[in-house]
Amino acid sequence: MMLRRLLLMFMLCGALAPASAHKPSDSYLSLAVQGERLTGHWDIALRDLDYAIGLDQDGDGKLTWDEIRARHAAIAAYALERLQLADDNGACRIAPGEQLIDQHTDGAYSVLRFEASCAGPVRALTIGYRLFADLDPQHKGLLRLTHDGVTTTAIFDPAHAQQRLSLSAPDQLQQFSAYVRDGVWHIWIGYDHILFLLSLLLPAVLLAAPADNLRGAFIDVLKVVTAFTLAHSLTLTLASLSLISLPSRLVESAIAASVILAALNNLYPLFRGRRPVAAFGFGLIHGFGFASVLIDLGLPQGALLASLFGFNLGVEIGQLCIVAVFLPLAFLLRRTWFYRRLLSGGSLVIALVALVWFVERAFDVQAQWIGG
Amino acid sequence: MHKLLFAVMGCLAAMAQAAPYIPASGKQVVETVPRRGDSVQQDIRRLRSQLNAHPDDVTLAASLARRYIALARSETDPRYLGYAQAALQPWWQQPAPPSEVRLLRATVRQSTHQFSAALSDLRAVLAANPGNAQAWLTQATVQTVQGDYAGAKASCARVSTLSIDLAAITCLANVGAVTGKAATSEQLLDLTLARSPNAPAELKVWAWTLLAEMAQRRGDGAAAESRFRQALDMSPHDSYLQGAYADLLLDQGRAADVLKLLQGQERIDALLLRRALALQQAGQRQALQADIRELAARFDAAGQRGDTVHQREQARFELWLRRDVPAALALARKNWTVQKEPADLRIYLEAAAQARDAAAAKPAADWIAAHGTEDVTATRLLRQLKAGS
Repeated sequence: MMLRRLLLMFMLCGALAPASAHKPSDSYLSLAVQGERLTGHWDIALRDLDYAIGLDQDGDGKLTWDEIRARHAAIAAYALERLQLADDNGACRIAPGEQLIDQHTDGAYSVLRFEASCAGPVRALTIGYRLFADLDPQHKGLLRLTHDGVTTTAIFDPAHAQQRLSLSAPDQLQQFSAYVRDGVWHIWIGYDHILFLLSLLLPAVLLAAPADNLRGAFIDVLKVVTAFTLAHSLTLTLASLSLISLPSRLVESAIAASVILAALNNLYPLFRGRRPVAAFGFGLIHGFGFASVLIDLGLPQGALLASLFGFNLGVEIGQLCIVAVFLPLAFLLRRTWFYRRLLSGGSLVIALVALVWFVERAFDVQAQWIGG
Repeated sequence: MHKLLFAVMGCLAAMAQAAPYIPASGKQVVETVPRRGDSVQQDIRRLRSQLNAHPDDVTLAASLARRYIALARSETDPRYLGYAQAALQPWWQQPAPPSEVRLLRATVRQSTHQFSAALSDLRAVLAANPGNAQAWLTQATVQTVQGDYAGAKASCARVSTLSIDLAAITCLANVGAVTGKAATSEQLLDLTLARSPNAPAELKVWAWTLLAEMAQRRGDGAAAESRFRQALDMSPHDSYLQGAYADLLLDQGRAADVLKLLQGQERIDALLLRRALALQQAGQRQALQADIRELAARFDAAGQRGDTVHQREQARFELWLRRDVPAALALARKNWTVQKEPADLRIYLEAAAQARDAAAAKPAADWIAAHGTEDVTATRLLRQLKAGS
């Protein structure tokens, strides 16, 4: 009796050796939702399936593809009986497809493909997962659910056997980065903002004359860009939060006017040494323009400030990309004939284009032959 | 640059994994599973069918669970812990299940590092039956792992009144070795082991392993080696023992011996880690890269299911194989909050030393000062940290 007790005793303390292991049991369930249809593949360890329903027909410990293939129907029935998918209107019907083999870190898995159809477009999916719950309560089901390019993950175990995943609520980080992208995109396709900025920057490399180095040009550019950024961030925020508002026709016309003035300044000095001040003043107007885009996109109530910040960040990133391309090019070309032509001729063209925009916007007429 | 390379390789490995296939031939062996004719498997199957017929039979359920726990240990395979839990399912959620179930539940729980849940089960078992030597011993071991040395000593003292000398002395030496009494603990254990020729083999293996580790920590590699060999002669497949011996060999720069020792043991993460370290030492770069990829995939799989039982190994992996010092230090630190064995102390100090961050190692240094830990490697690392700051 004593010996038996001792044996058990040491067996127990032996089990305390560091838990370094083959691996606890997991399955990998992937679901893709498109409208009312779901496609899935479910990787289940062959070893677990053998323990549950017996795959090794000759009992030699070697599972051949023939032995597995012969049990495909049983595998599909066993697994799918233990998986429930439902949207808010009721259960979705699951139809098994083909089965393949895949390798995971702890061995070969059967990959069960299936399709499911629900009553209507799926907005929230309730998943009931009971695979191996009776045989191995430490088994976990690891879910990857994709919908509209957004991936959600969840872990199922007996204590969390049923989970409802809402498909409409987007991931916050994803949402934030979407607003950053929108901000970048908006400045890149917003020709009026780009032309305004370029008009102000064109003389920067020439005004660096006393020192005539990249550093001087860079500082000048920095002043102009910072002033522009501060100003438009201010009005973008105020307008997006509906703290102030201006009629869009006035805003759009004023933006066009700002481009005309910035371009004309290169032909006949209007601002003289005060280009940063001009950038700030007109930046206030451009901020209202950015805000109208953001208001059109819609600001989610739950993440108002994050989205606003994301969009603003995107605008700055887009703007910095333009400056990063412009500055070294302009600096290299600054003494060429081409650059002098560009400064005068280019500015004239910009002023003319902006004049057309101004007329269109201020008097609400369409000129079909030019963009804007 | 290295990190980028690893990231790319990780992606490639993931891509390679994400390609389900249909085997070329029906005769192709896709997976190996336990053989049906195997006598252990036959016994277990018989017990399982008996339990299916009488699912409420506590004695039957407990004996099946014990079989599975023994298998989990001998095979180093945690799936068997899940099967053990399944056998105990009718009682598992009960706040106060029968004593024998509760003791087994404590064992399964500590194996998955749920130390406080395990301890509360053990306390309850011992309150009901203070004469349960195995419960005292298991409690002492959990307490030692957690660094509750006073509690562990008290538990070991109870073992001495209930069981043979070697059990109690091994239990006490395990605590004494890390609380400033390394020399006397080692002498006493050595003597007791010599006087206990009839003790159960499992207990002798435990004592030899502990003696080997004690010799290693005071820098006597030769004594450590001969003791590890004694233990291995009695229990050649004990994965904890193999890992501990491999660590000694790695410290001595004997990569070839490590590779020989760990042949065919790559299914066990902790041993695969040591093999990779040996390959690194031996400069076998191609085989090393394959092992690093495999280990990364395994840690990733454990992370996906939310497991943290591998933090000690993962910290070593990040520190020496991936050379990601901040990640290693973060893991070693987190691991230190859970367990406080000499190996946990060592990886913590190693990571801090590599990071040249004496402040990060302060909890470990304080621990050594408070408990009088004697360990030549730890002392060297502490000196290195002090000199570097």
